[in-house]
Formats: sequence, C-alpha cells, structure tokens
Amino acid sequence: MTETETETKSTHLTGIKHIILVLSGKGGVGKSSITTQLALCLAQKGHKVGILDIDLTGPSIPRMLGLDDQQVHQASSGWVPVYSDENQKLCCMSIGFLLQNKDDSVVWRGPKKNAMIKQFLNDVCWGNLDYLIIDTPPGTSDEHISIVEYLKDVNPDGAVIVTTPQAVSLSDVRKELNFCKKVKLPILGVIENMSGFICPHCEECTNIFSAGGGEAMATEFGVEFIGRVPIDPSLTIILEKQGDENISSSSSENNLIKKYSESNLFKVFTKITDKIIELNQQKINQQEISQREIIQQEINQREIIQQEINQ
Amino acid sequence: MPTTEKPENAPEHCPGPSTEQAGKASACEGCPNKNICATTPKGPDPDLQIIKEKLSSVKHKILILSGKGGVGKSTFTAQLGFAFSSDENIQIGVVDIDVCGPSIPKIMGLEGEQIHQSLSGWSPVYVQDNLGVMSIGFMLPNPDDAVIWRGPKKNGIIKQFLKDVDWGELDFMLIDTPPGTSDEHLSIAQFLKESGIDGAIVITTPQEISLQDVRKEIDFCKKVKIPILGVVENMSGFVCPNCKGESKIFAPTTGGTKKMAEDMKIKYLGSIPLDPRIGKSCDMGISFLDEYPDSPACKAYLNIIEEIKQHFTKKN
Repeated sequence: MTETETETKSTHLTGIKHIILVLSGKGGVGKSSITTQLALCLAQKGHKVGILDIDLTGPSIPRMLGLDDQQVHQASSGWVPVYSDENQKLCCMSIGFLLQNKDDSVVWRGPKKNAMIKQFLNDVCWGNLDYLIIDTPPGTSDEHISIVEYLKDVNPDGAVIVTTPQAVSLSDVRKELNFCKKVKLPILGVIENMSGFICPHCEECTNIFSAGGGEAMATEFGVEFIGRVPIDPSLTIILEKQGDENISSSSSENNLIKKYSESNLFKVFTKITDKIIELNQQKINQQEISQREIIQQEINQREIIQQEINQ
Repeated sequence: MPTTEKPENAPEHCPGPSTEQAGKASACEGCPNKNICATTPKGPDPDLQIIKEKLSSVKHKILILSGKGGVGKSTFTAQLGFAFSSDENIQIGVVDIDVCGPSIPKIMGLEGEQIHQSLSGWSPVYVQDNLGVMSIGFMLPNPDDAVIWRGPKKNGIIKQFLKDVDWGELDFMLIDTPPGTSDEHLSIAQFLKESGIDGAIVITTPQEISLQDVRKEIDFCKKVKIPILGVVENMSGFVCPNCKGESKIFAPTTGGTKKMAEDMKIKYLGSIPLDPRIGKSCDMGISFLDEYPDSPACKAYLNIIEEIKQHFTKKN
C-alpha cells in the first residue's frame, strides 16, 4: 500500500521543478498575500506556477486570485487545479474550491487535516510546473509537520519566512525558524511585510508595526534577509476589484497578472522574486557541488582500493 | 471530538458512536468505522466533571475568537484584562490556549516568568493581585523554542490549564485562542461544555479576506452552540500622526464588519482605529489604556469594554 502511494505521489509531483513553502509562526502577517505576489511575479516572468493552499480552516488564496466561486474538476488522472488565466500559467488548489457554501466552517481535528493535505499532494495533477508555492496556516502543528513529512522524498527547495516588524510577531516567527531547523527544512530567507505605511495625504512614512525587526532577526539566526514590503492598500483594492469584475466578464481574469505588474508593489516584489530565484539557485548549486564531491570521494576511494588490490 | 450524535452518513441502525453498543450492534457489521467505535472509551470524559468542579468558582467564561490570525485577539484580550482589573473587586484570569504561538506573556509584560507548583496545582502568573495569567509561554525552557505538537498533545495541555491550575475565585476568565476552527477550538468547547461558556467575542479587521475567515468562525460557534456576545472591528482606519489625514489601510470593500454583523444577525460592539502606539505598548508589555488614556483608540476600547461589562451586570 505504502509503495503504491509513494509511486502516485511521485508521478504527480515529478513534473515540478521547484517547491517553495511560505511559512510564519504568526497569523495575519501576509503569508497568502506574499504567496500570491510571488506567484504573480514568477508568472509574469514566463514561468508556470502553481499554488497549493494548505490553510484548511481559513483558506484565503481563492479570494486573492479572484476565483471565489470556482470548482475543482475531476479527471481520470486526478483533480484538476483551478487555472486563473487562459494561458494556464498560474493554477491553484485550495480547500475553498471544495466547500459547498463558502461561509461553511471546516471544523476538523489533526488527522482529517493531514489526510486532506496528503490527498492534495497525491491526487492533484499539476502537470509540468516551474514553481509550486505552498501557502500554510500559522503555527507549528499538524499541517506543518505533515507537509514536511510528505514532501521529504521530493526535496523541497526551502521555506520563505514572512514576518511583520513588531516584537510580538517576531517572537512567534523565531519559533518557526527553530521549527525549520528541527525538521531540517532549508530556509531561503526572511521577508519583512507591512514595514512602513506612506500616508497618501502627506507622503509621510509611519512605521505602524515598528521597523527593522525582520532584518535583525535574520542576522541573529544567520539566515538571508530577502527584503521589505511596505503596506500598500492598493494591493487589497486590486485583488478585491478583480473579484467583482469576474462576475461580469470572465476574460478579465487574465488581467490580474497585468494589473499587478502595473502597481507600485510590483517593483518592490520583482527584486524580492529575483533574490528568491537567486537564493534558490545557490542552494541547488551547493547541493550539486556537495553531491559531486561525494561522488568524487567515492571514485577516489575506489581507486585507492583498486590500487591496493593491484599491489 | 467523540461525537455523541450519529454521523449523517451512518448505517441505518447505527447505535451512535458513544453508546455502549457502539461497534458491537448488528448494524455495525460492515461499517468502516466499526473498529474505531468498538475500541474508543465509552461514556462522557470523566475529566469533564473534574473541570466543572474546579471551575465552579469562576463566574463568567469568555472566549476571544477569530478565524483570521493577526487581527488582534491577544491584544484585545490583554486590554480587556487590564481594563477589568482596574477595579480591585474584580478577579480576572487570562488563559492563553494558542499553544504554537503564545503572545499573551509578551503583551502583558510577563516574559521570562515561570509557573510555580503548589499542593493545589499550578499557580498562575500574576500581573497584579487580581489578574492571573496562564500560558504555555511560561513553560518553555527557551522563549524561541518551537512547540511542534500535533492535536492530541495540544488538547492535553489545554485540559491541564483548566483542570490543574489553581484559579481560585474568579469573576471573569478570558480565554485567548489561536486562529482557525480546529483542535484547540473544539477542545475548549468540549471541555467547557459542562461548566458553560458565557459567550464569545469575535475580533476581525475590515477587509473581505479577513471577514470571510471570520464568517467561518461564526458558523463554527453556531455549530458548537457557543453564544456570540458581539464582534469587534480592529485596525479600522489609520490617522496619520503627521497630517491627521485618515486612510483605510485594510479597505472594507464589502461593507466592513458592521454589514457582516447585520447579515449574520450578531451584535456589533464597535471599531478600534489603527494606532502605532498600540503595537508599541504590546511590544513593551504595558497597558495601552493606562499609557495613552486620551487617544481615540483608547476611547474606542473603553466604549467596547463598557458594553461588555453592561452585558454582564444586566445578566447578574
């Protein structure tokens, strides 16, 4: 049984080049909005991107992509993820698509949540993807332990940690960093979200949730600091508006990537995306180097043994 | 939760999973859950009775809930605690059941404190004579340690917070919860079923992304039959300290909290503006209400707290 399970898992996930998790110990710091923006930036660069939302009791991704009323379709090979544009550059899967009524609560304990996550990994036919970004709920509990466990065989690239600058949030995020260390999940870096708000009336920047805390924490833990994202109410408006437009015309879905690429945050986020891609590449290179070294060592050893035998 | 009722898709003559006949009746043959029903312990949890006795000296139990994270549940809980405790005759206990991300110790200025054990159980950490606090944050050897626990272990510690803590006589027990509708929420509802929950205060922020999760939480309260005292809108507008111009950072594109409260027929308690000093007070662990009594945010807080107080005085 377990063998067949891992087999199906590998068939659906083997077409995916990179898997990135978005984590935070604290809720409401912008995991889903960072996930969405990262996906939009990557898609804008021409990559094929998938989003998996494993926040089962509070899924936000469908709303952010303007896919509120969509349904998951069943194909012979498994569940078909919901595509947000006609070119099928961006697709996503969330429990939000499986609920009959979107206000229904999902009152589940751990084991049922774990089974659902397993099903998402086993049964969704993602096809060929350049990036799969996994959006998680806050905390260090069932969902997190399970996803790391289930992804062990496919070697995820690593985790992007999201925080806001204030101390209350940082203290929870430190726990998340320690969680990653404990379960040996590589950390790509830390993003500081909601750092500073520029008043639209007088251009004065106020640090509503203080500032600089994310960077200080990254240095303390010896992990990369990816960048700062300011508070920009226009993002909420872009994301919310497209949801309304969708009702009237279905072709406007394609606009989300375009509309986002015209916003101010896009400039900030392109830099962040580039940095994440770069960090990703570094990690992969390091892994390749270390693998090559291991192989080289083995060859050396074999040669030594061969020489000894010859003597 | 060991459900007492029959599941919807049960076989026709299902005796119910918590009855004596569970897993043994003839209708159970062929049911995929036969084994689970036959092996789980029967009857009500004996601990529920102990919790009921232990908490019989607690007059009111209030849950602070939200489907969404980071909307200010802990901040509100702490300020409510501080405000109530300004009256020396009121005894308050704060229970933090956010096991994986406890914020209460920091917000209430108790970081680094330890729990003491006595003959009558764990004694809570006191901010002042009439304000006791319990959180898993007090039990970690290192404050940065991650609590990597699955459901059953979290439920265990929550039960201990109710059963093994020497709360004494309390007028109010304020329970701060993690976001979501999962283990912690089901457990607290289950553990307090016998002794009764007075109600839940639901916290939200104005934008739709948050409201849609909060609607789920309200649906949850209805499902487990917890009465809702009302809903509070937090972070509802930001007044620039430089030019006094107001901006909606978390824009209420779907009508905001007030409309949701009307739609769902629950009470709207009020809204609290976004003030950078609230976050700062939380980081330093001091009472925002004592520190900046003249700020609009403080007035908004006090109005809401007064409303909650009124609700209980009327009841008494």
